[in-house]
Amino acid sequence: MSEDTPKADKPGSSRAPSSETRFWNDPAKRALIFQALLIGIIGFFLFSIVSNTLNNLETRGITTGFGFLTDEAGFSIPLSLIDYTAADSYGRTFIVGLLNTILVSVLGIIAATLLGFVMGVARLSDNWMIAKLSTIYIEIFRNIPLLLQMFFWYFAVLRSLPSPRQSIEFLGSFLNVRGLSVPRPVAEEGLGMVFWAFVVAIVLSLILVRWAHRRQDATGQIFPSGWASTGLILGLPLLTFVIMGAPLSLDAPQLRGFNFTGGMTLMPELVALWLALTIYTSTFIAETVRGGILAVPKGQLEAASALGLPKTRTLRLIVIPQAMRVIIPPLTSQYLNLTKNSSLATAIGYPDLVSVFAGTTLNQTGQAIEVISMTMAVYLTLSLLTSLFMNWYNKRMALVER
Amino acid sequence: MMKKALATAIVMSTAISGLAAAEGTLEAVKARGVLHCGVTSGVPGFSVPDEQGNWKGLDVDVCRSVAAATLGDATKVKYIPLTAKERFTALQSGEIDVLSRVTTWTQTRDTQLGLNFTGVTYYDGQGFLVKKDLGLTSVKELDGATVCVQSGTTTELNLSDYFRANGITFTPVVFDTNEQAASSFDTGRCDSFTTDLSQAYGLRTRMSDPDAVVALPEVISKEPLGPVVRQGDDQWFNIVKWSLFAMLNAEELGVTSANADEMKSSENPNIKRLLGVDGPKGKGLDIADDWSYQIIKQVGNYAESFDRNVGKDSALKIDRGINALWNQGGFQYAPPMR
Repeated sequence: MSEDTPKADKPGSSRAPSSETRFWNDPAKRALIFQALLIGIIGFFLFSIVSNTLNNLETRGITTGFGFLTDEAGFSIPLSLIDYTAADSYGRTFIVGLLNTILVSVLGIIAATLLGFVMGVARLSDNWMIAKLSTIYIEIFRNIPLLLQMFFWYFAVLRSLPSPRQSIEFLGSFLNVRGLSVPRPVAEEGLGMVFWAFVVAIVLSLILVRWAHRRQDATGQIFPSGWASTGLILGLPLLTFVIMGAPLSLDAPQLRGFNFTGGMTLMPELVALWLALTIYTSTFIAETVRGGILAVPKGQLEAASALGLPKTRTLRLIVIPQAMRVIIPPLTSQYLNLTKNSSLATAIGYPDLVSVFAGTTLNQTGQAIEVISMTMAVYLTLSLLTSLFMNWYNKRMALVER
Repeated sequence: MMKKALATAIVMSTAISGLAAAEGTLEAVKARGVLHCGVTSGVPGFSVPDEQGNWKGLDVDVCRSVAAATLGDATKVKYIPLTAKERFTALQSGEIDVLSRVTTWTQTRDTQLGLNFTGVTYYDGQGFLVKKDLGLTSVKELDGATVCVQSGTTTELNLSDYFRANGITFTPVVFDTNEQAASSFDTGRCDSFTTDLSQAYGLRTRMSDPDAVVALPEVISKEPLGPVVRQGDDQWFNIVKWSLFAMLNAEELGVTSANADEMKSSENPNIKRLLGVDGPKGKGLDIADDWSYQIIKQVGNYAESFDRNVGKDSALKIDRGINALWNQGGFQYAPPMR
């Protein structure tokens, strides 16, 4: 269309103030008009949706508004990272559900990343056995729907564990159909010192790494700063712990009545969801990692070996930094997928946001529109935050061209 | 391109405004020729498909009687299985015409959701199932227990209320459907399963060893279960309400599906009015004059429905108890048809 416009006013014709070019023939102005029109239409469209919804809700006598958030919820939630009782408000059930969603997402992202990297590298291994096993793992778990995997872990695997009375016992922990009960560490006086020792160790190792770099730049000598800082970070707190006289006691789980009391219990719903999300997502991450590594030109490896770099250092200094540039963008998508997929929790009774807030709270209050909008806003926000962080990380890892 | 987008936007916004002027439910059902009825996804005795895939149950008979009254044919029903969480939204949005899904009548549901309860088809109460070998005799001994429960129900709230009031602790495990909650109890995930007693008995029949499961004596709540319709359509509200009343009055007057035809020539004025030979007939309801006769002929009276679905002729064998007629010691009482 825009190519037609110059033809309309003939070349060479005078552009008098009473120009023949009408404003609707000017591409720039026309574009503006169209855009204004489009914004107007979309605005009107959104306005009619909202006003019609409100009208309809009112004519049908359905209560609206967010007042319900301060009402007493009256139902219990089996897992909560903050204090919660049935006497708390619906607003608090939102927070509890949100934290449970974040908990399983973060756990899943960490585990899926580790497992995914291992599997991705393993698939490229020179060892035939390892490469094939990794391929089989990836192809199986990538191609079975996530919901079925969740059902498998929950109903087939974890349900076949023994009852609390016949628990499998190991290291003071108990495994049964109700979950895994482990001793809970209880802080005693002096544990604060151990924490501070940990902080000091981290600061010291940062200084050490800096010094090692500078020395390498100056003299070319390599200092094993990785080993040294690991030793520092583990050793210093441990030493403090021993000096302070082990200021930590364990609250062991005990079978009392129906269930184990004391200790900490990892509920099977969380385990099943975590396993399923981790395994499913790790296969996609593995493929991403494999693609990233294969994208590093072979010449780079040859150059590294020509310089006489050992294999581990080649991987750490040459391959991974270049592969990361390719890996990070699709990795971000996988993190987003994992977070959103965690909403399947409701199918196996894990109390995530969808199960608690968009489930029970929605049903008890009947305020579907408010509750669903809030829930959607949460997933949008979580996804945007993840993407923002990964974009920042991507920028840091990107090849700096001079 | 632009024109197309504009046209789409206009069409869509008019479509949305169109929703505001909803037509009457009765006209919609008549035009459609089939009643959309929301039921459970499978609670024995209340709504469950049999081997041939036909829905059976006390709640299903409500759907059938409304279809018989409005369309003259009890089979013209499309059953839409819903979870407890989905049910009210499905009714509010017009996906179903009647919700007949073991739904407890409460103030919030009746007043804040834009819905109306039309009556009580079954007076229920919440109870607890436990394994017999635990040797429990009271709910109060369940301190520290894990309890399986269905999400989005009054049951979930009563459970918390009762344990809080008695100062005992518990861990809930919440599932989407009652079948999942029951099977989780069956496989040992929970020490107890709680729901309305009628459903508990029904679901017990499906457990791996029903005889090893007992109900504790406490009934911790009132659960009047009944059909629900959208608020603001009084005509439809009346039709669903009187469909149940017709079944109750039929039992009281001894009219059954078997003797409905001969009862038409009865001299009893009450029976005459009940069967639409005389009296108000279908006038105020705007449906066929023989609507109540169709219900009784095709579905039966309340006693017939109760006995074959949950009572003595069913696998559940639930006693009439408080669900007997008012003149036989129960609560079921229908206003007269005159």
